[in-house]
Amino acid sequence: MLTTRDSIPAGSLARRRRHWQVWRRVLVYLVMSLITMVAFIPLLWMAGTSLMTFTQLSQYPPRFIPHPAVWANYVYALKNLPFFVYLRNTVLVTFLATLGALFASSLVAYGFSRYRVRGRNLLFAVLIATMLLPGQVTMVPVFILFRKLGLYNSLNALIVPAFLGGGAFNIFLLHQFYRTLPNELFEAAKIDGCGQFRMYWQVALPLTKPALTAVAIFLFRANWTDFMTPLIYLTNERLYTLALGLRFYQGSHPLEFNYLMVVSLIFMLPMVIVFLFGQKQFLEGVTLTGINR
Amino acid sequence: MKIFHRSRSWETLGFYLFIAPWLISLAALTLGPMCVSVYYSLCDYNVLQPPIWVGLDNYRTILTTDSIFPKTVYNTLYYACLSVPLGILAGLFLAVLLNQAVKGLRFFRTAFYLPYVIPDVASAVLWLFVFNPDLGLVNRIMRLLGMRGPLWLADPAWIKPALIIMSLWSVGGCMVIFLAGLQGVPRHLYEAAEIDGAGGWRKFKTVTLPSLTPIIFFNMIMGAITALNFFTTAYIVTGNTGGPLNSAYFYMPYLFNQAFRYFQMGYASALAWVLFAAVAVFTVLQFQFARRWVYYESD
Repeated sequence: MLTTRDSIPAGSLARRRRHWQVWRRVLVYLVMSLITMVAFIPLLWMAGTSLMTFTQLSQYPPRFIPHPAVWANYVYALKNLPFFVYLRNTVLVTFLATLGALFASSLVAYGFSRYRVRGRNLLFAVLIATMLLPGQVTMVPVFILFRKLGLYNSLNALIVPAFLGGGAFNIFLLHQFYRTLPNELFEAAKIDGCGQFRMYWQVALPLTKPALTAVAIFLFRANWTDFMTPLIYLTNERLYTLALGLRFYQGSHPLEFNYLMVVSLIFMLPMVIVFLFGQKQFLEGVTLTGINR
Repeated sequence: MKIFHRSRSWETLGFYLFIAPWLISLAALTLGPMCVSVYYSLCDYNVLQPPIWVGLDNYRTILTTDSIFPKTVYNTLYYACLSVPLGILAGLFLAVLLNQAVKGLRFFRTAFYLPYVIPDVASAVLWLFVFNPDLGLVNRIMRLLGMRGPLWLADPAWIKPALIIMSLWSVGGCMVIFLAGLQGVPRHLYEAAEIDGAGGWRKFKTVTLPSLTPIIFFNMIMGAITALNFFTTAYIVTGNTGGPLNSAYFYMPYLFNQAFRYFQMGYASALAWVLFAAVAVFTVLQFQFARRWVYYESD
């Protein structure tokens, strides 16, 4: 009795398998290209629209490529709102808050990782708890507090909190990284008479550059794109950040899509640039947080 | 492990000095405000006058006479229950897809991750344009194909689905975490499965998926917390009006308005605690439930 295996020569079975593998690969690349288009089309359309006049963009059938490209839009849109004031505020806040949080969180993370002192474990558990719990309950009292401290309607409200610990999440991330540093280094430094702070500053810190870069990128993103905090604390238009400025421009000129796309593009440009250059650290930082649970 | 052999108290001082910044924020920006917030939630406080004690009145109003509260809860749950699972499925699917490609992995990963990098405000403005009934990309393409698109953001039935579509565009964030997880699955498990004669799908079900459960769990919790705090996009897309017929009025914008538009600090604090309680219960339940379906490599 011939079995199926006997009746089909072994060579063609292997060939069938290879064909299927080739087709599968083609299919995978096809689907991924399609999805890439879905990801990019809104962005490309955004770029195209930013160079159109309003008549062009309301035309039917719709155009996707501006013809002619109106570069003047960029000049005009930026004149329609105090763009450079917003930019200056955003750069100031982002720069200071990122640095402050970076410094503070690395200090705190170092403390947690290198010391085994009474109270350390309890406080670390508290740290983890603050990471998981939502921050809404503190929103109102902190607002009242800041108002009493004169931080209302001031960029300081966005900068000062960064120096106070720099965010539980960042502390946790850096702490995980600090723990991987070999003890021998610190022992050697101690033998050389290194003081506690110098241990941090000259031994630990230089070694944590990759983790610090990842945290810096996260912080940059959080500060550059933050909307709610500026919305709560800033009422003077001269203090607005770009996020807030874009929102108010959109609110008062809701249909001027070409100009809106100009402003949005410029607003997102630094984020995209930072991401493209810091991709490796960005993604490494992301996976660090996702896996170490 | 003792690293410093100086006196214990010197070491203790060092520790507390290092974590001092965080301790200050813990007291002044976290624990202190939490206690004060409980107090506010039991008061009527409009900032200009000192708080007036009202006991549990705020909570009573929230749960009984407030007509907007149930809407915001429904909208927020609707959004969370759809966007989180869909996001996880999409992220997982894309990660698996990406994992198949050897060439061009970096390019595609960048491409899929890029939308996640874009600031919320810019993204929301873009989608306001894309979903515009007359000038927007979606409806214009539909028109080209002979169909009439809905009013999207002006239509109570379509605004939440539109918001969910927007959230799926940035699924790259969760995809990247899945990708890292996929690449961390131990090879020997796959080999063992292959020896037992498992094909592609079987391998996925018995090796890949169980290994990914910790990451699925993580993404689920993080996703849920983010979805329940949905604010910026909703604010921009609805112009803080709550959408047509309050169909897009979410919990956080509602809280925000109570606090910073109507200056009902007490009521807003009560709303915050209700949210806090809900999230805490949800998180605890998830952690308890997780024991049944999350596999850690140590098991």
